[in-house]
Amino acid sequence: MSASLAQADKRIALAGPLTAPGLGRLWPQAISAARAARGTPLTLDLSGATIVDTSGAALILAMETAHGGPLTLTGATPRAAALLAQLRAAMPPPGSPRPSPTPQPGTGLLQNAKIRVEFFGATVLALLGLPARLRFLRGAGFLRITDRAGLQALPLVLMLGFLIGLILAFQSAIPMRQYGADLYVANLVSLSLFRELGPLLVAVILAGRTGSAFAAELGTMQVNEEIAALTTMGIDPASMLVLPRMAAAMLVMPGLLAAMDIAGLLGMAVVLMLLGFPLSAIAQQILSASHPADLLLGLSKGLVFAAALALIGCRAGLTAGNGPRAVGEAATSAVVGGIVATILIDGVFAVMMYRLGL
Amino acid sequence: MTPIISIRGATQIFGTRTIFKDVSFDIEQGEIFAILGGSGCGKSTLLRQIIGLLPPTAGQITVAGHSVTGDVAAVRRTIGVMFQSGALFGSMTLLENVALPLAVFTDLPAAAREEVARIKLALVGLSDAAPRLPAEISGGMVKRAAIARALALDPPILLLDEPSAGLDPITSAGLDRLILELRATLGTTFVLVTHELPSILAIAGRCAMLDATAQGLIALGQPRELQANSTIPMVKAFFNREMP
Repeated sequence: MSASLAQADKRIALAGPLTAPGLGRLWPQAISAARAARGTPLTLDLSGATIVDTSGAALILAMETAHGGPLTLTGATPRAAALLAQLRAAMPPPGSPRPSPTPQPGTGLLQNAKIRVEFFGATVLALLGLPARLRFLRGAGFLRITDRAGLQALPLVLMLGFLIGLILAFQSAIPMRQYGADLYVANLVSLSLFRELGPLLVAVILAGRTGSAFAAELGTMQVNEEIAALTTMGIDPASMLVLPRMAAAMLVMPGLLAAMDIAGLLGMAVVLMLLGFPLSAIAQQILSASHPADLLLGLSKGLVFAAALALIGCRAGLTAGNGPRAVGEAATSAVVGGIVATILIDGVFAVMMYRLGL
Repeated sequence: MTPIISIRGATQIFGTRTIFKDVSFDIEQGEIFAILGGSGCGKSTLLRQIIGLLPPTAGQITVAGHSVTGDVAAVRRTIGVMFQSGALFGSMTLLENVALPLAVFTDLPAAAREEVARIKLALVGLSDAAPRLPAEISGGMVKRAAIARALALDPPILLLDEPSAGLDPITSAGLDRLILELRATLGTTFVLVTHELPSILAIAGRCAMLDATAQGLIALGQPRELQANSTIPMVKAFFNREMP
């Protein structure tokens, strides 16, 4: 049996179980009836109400508010009357303002810039003070971070590198064939990979895999007050948590970069071999087109990207707010910030290389 | 009167490790019943069996006439649970946490759900904290908010896992008073898993004591009676805060 409402002159009778599962249809009906009787005396008859739980009591209180005037209750069981009395005592007085959410710390541009400058400063200080704090570094922890950031990313880097080399070669072979310059695809792809695409793609993979992992791990530590525990123990979080991650990211970058370049060249070689060029001709073309300076440029870019990505991931984690949502936001911030920073740094390198004529 | 919870020969064994065996007792409707014991005696494991989260290795548990190994959904409809850590959803405000069961299991309109959730929070003294996130409130408030969420659908049975653990004595006493008030006005049956002696003596009508060494139930009765008259060394030690 579900709850029901009967209305007569200046009287509303509620019957049946006034419990949460059966109040869905009755609620708006009852509130409308109480509101319609606003300004006139109203009697609420509960003699037919078999059970009144807190949801039923909430309906009665909501009807009182909707009616706004004197409302007489009849037929309430002693337990229902006691429950209503308890709820009336517990509820804030009618008309009192609803509490507002806790104001969050400022997230404006200036505040964000301040956080970043402070973090960068702390990291630089940690780096300068590292010789005196070598005992903060844990070898096993460093190897674990390096393994996760480097070795575990290797299959993904190899697969993406191979596919990118293959796609680039296919895309460029079509227009270049019109000029009989198919073989120069090797020059184009190798230069693109060494100077630009290799470091950029590895950086994007690092931002998505490693930067977000750093942010989530340190964000969880922040939420669990582990960072506060480190600080109170006198251990500098930048020395113990940030520097090893930055070093690990920079350490794995050359290896990942080499893997990306080699896989990309293999992908390109497969396409050129399908087009009828022998492997020796392709290798000769790559060697003649590329110089050690191209590889060094790619490597130096990669190292800067890796340091920036690790710093951004750690900063996002260490400045996370409270609660599980903050960890998710930190991971997102690490990936977005990492990719944007990579492209900005790449732009700076492009201008520098242009100026230097390299 | 038929007991609201009946436990007959409940046993829990993980691999070769027996947590407890052959535990039997009844809990009557409207009782405040405490499951006691030292750390590692299986209190929380027994609680998980009652909720239907962990099927007993052997034995039978019925809740409001439903077997926990049979109609688990029916068992869970009659039970509200406050977990030891509160287990509030961190990305939802307290109001949203309490309104969630109402949204899922009732057809109340949104405004009504909010009204009911506000009343539940008022009942546990958290009206002002309704728009806050769990991370922004104290440990005692988390426990009270978790009780409000467990009460959302007015279940006839409320299981509270370590409700007073980590709370200061004043907050703990406030929580005890809240439990007594809710029992008086809603007729709710409370099952507390605890080792907080002051709370046990203040509010529990009866209690069952488990012991890790005995791997089972070693005492059943009224806390003050056990405190005064028990001859079992472990029970005496527990109630008199001394080494066995």
